[in-house]
Amino acid sequence: MTALELTAATKEHPGSPPVIALRSVTLAIAEGEFAALVGPSGSGKSTLLAIAGTLERPTSGRVRIAGTAVGHLPERELAAVRAYRIGFVFQQFFLMPTMSALDNVASGLLYRGIPAAQRRRAAADALARVGLAHRAEHRPGELSGGEKQRTAIARALVGKPSVILADEPTGSLDTAAGQGILALLTDLNAGGATILVATHNPEIAGAVPRTVRLRDGVIESDSGSTG
Amino acid sequence: MSGRNPRGQRPHEQGERRTAGPRSRLRPADTWALAAHGMAGRPVRAMLSALGIALGVATLVAVLGISGSGRAQLIAQIDALGTNMLTVTPGQSLTGGQAVLPTAGPAMIRRIGPVQSAAAIGQVNANVYRNDRIPAVNTDAITVYSAQTNLLQTLQGHLARGQFLNPPTARFPAVVLGASAAAALGVDRADGTIQVWLGDHWFAVVGILEPLPLAPELDRSALVGFSVAHRLLGAYGSPVEIYVRANPVSVAAVAGVLAATADPAAPQNVTITNPANALAARADASVAFQSLFLALGGIALLVGGIGIANVMVISVLERRGEIGLRRALGATRTHIAAQFVAESALLAFGGGAAGAVLGGFATTIYATARHWSAVVPAPTLAAALAAAVAVGVVAGVYPALRAARLSPAEALRTV
Repeated sequence: MTALELTAATKEHPGSPPVIALRSVTLAIAEGEFAALVGPSGSGKSTLLAIAGTLERPTSGRVRIAGTAVGHLPERELAAVRAYRIGFVFQQFFLMPTMSALDNVASGLLYRGIPAAQRRRAAADALARVGLAHRAEHRPGELSGGEKQRTAIARALVGKPSVILADEPTGSLDTAAGQGILALLTDLNAGGATILVATHNPEIAGAVPRTVRLRDGVIESDSGSTG
Repeated sequence: MSGRNPRGQRPHEQGERRTAGPRSRLRPADTWALAAHGMAGRPVRAMLSALGIALGVATLVAVLGISGSGRAQLIAQIDALGTNMLTVTPGQSLTGGQAVLPTAGPAMIRRIGPVQSAAAIGQVNANVYRNDRIPAVNTDAITVYSAQTNLLQTLQGHLARGQFLNPPTARFPAVVLGASAAAALGVDRADGTIQVWLGDHWFAVVGILEPLPLAPELDRSALVGFSVAHRLLGAYGSPVEIYVRANPVSVAAVAGVLAATADPAAPQNVTITNPANALAARADASVAFQSLFLALGGIALLVGGIGIANVMVISVLERRGEIGLRRALGATRTHIAAQFVAESALLAFGGGAAGAVLGGFATTIYATARHWSAVVPAPTLAAALAAAVAVGVVAGVYPALRAARLSPAEALRTV
């Protein structure tokens, strides 16, 4: 089954002349796949991820997530898609500084209306999966960069989403921490997680089974589906 | 590519499911927890922004509490004095001069069924001095009246010292001083050993009155017996005021016939008043005066609300990243708006609670200083807190809408 499918997705930002961030991109990510989206700045990586994550609507084209067409869903149902189907990882982590690592991870389930105790139990499991069980009660300010990103990844996977979308997950990290994150993502993928990562990092691009190269909003090359 | 139908919606494509399954949900308890977290993230700012609300609520509670305490005090006082007293005074005669009540008035009034007692004071053309060396102009504004011996009982007044006039002392040069009059003359004993110079005669001070709230005109007076007033001071004994105690259930009926009874020949020249009503009216007047302070409190509350709105707008700008993240985690626009409105309401509630404590404290201090019992009615507190929260909610609406309107992708990008 396809976890994520874009069909002829185009994104135009209005203006004169209009800026075309994505030109009729068609891309399918199979369940259990680990793909990297690479390309120079401005090639459309982030736009593609935002559209895949329903944070933005394409100007035209179709998006399906785990078999559900999301193109015409009202805003409130898109929010539900994000709450249940998609896990996001960002370059800037976006952790709440006043909450412990555990509570940050638990907030990945916040918008499913699950009771707090249940969220925290799932969060503890997720933290253990990223190797941070011993840091559960620490606040983000007390964590290293690599640990912060692990916490953010735990938050993305705590709800067992259909796909994890990571935008430059190693962009704020040093080489060693970046390698740690890559190893973690590889591990998670081996455990069954579907991951699409947008990156500048050639190490990730080289290590990931599938590489999709973007340039000027068009797919330049695709090493092909492995799923 | 799909076109648009006339309703502006894209037509459904074949095989597409319409719904995404389970809904995005944020539990109310979690909404409040998020609001508390938002406040706790910047505690100093939260405190400063709630300060305006705190001051507004403190003003409202203190003003209502102090005036309520004062009013409760006055009402208790009036109740203790009894509301069944009426006074009869001569009004203006038709020719414009001061009318004169018939001497028989008090006796006639006592014959009205529900009247429990009636006592008169009479005009005496004399002044009272501490001794015979005091210049005649130094009257200390003390008025001399002749008084019937049942006056104190009718007024339900109390003596600070000594005793009131009784049938024997009413015939001799004995005087009872009102509270202010005694203080003005410097008399603090009433055992008969102190004499005052009254209408060119020495009068022994036999009693000193406590202040009389229902007859404050007697506080600065010197009272002598009717017979001694007639014999030594040449007073005719025409009443200047008659105090009447009626059966509480018949006060209005008695008031209706008093004028005709006191002066059957010219009832239109008689004025009837109820001093308890006058006191109550004074209490109401003081409450009316408080509305100025209440308005000030309301303005403080309003300004506090504007302060909160300001801080929340800034907060929304600063927390774009958080807003974007929450949308990415599955929050709807409504969830985002609810979080910020809740935060604003919580700020205002915190400020309101602090203000209520402050206002209650101020009321207690003021009431204690005046020997009142402090009264801060629970409805007042509840209303002040509700007003604070309402201001908070209104203040939060605009920032919350701004937060909800942010596009998630943009919010995440601009950090």
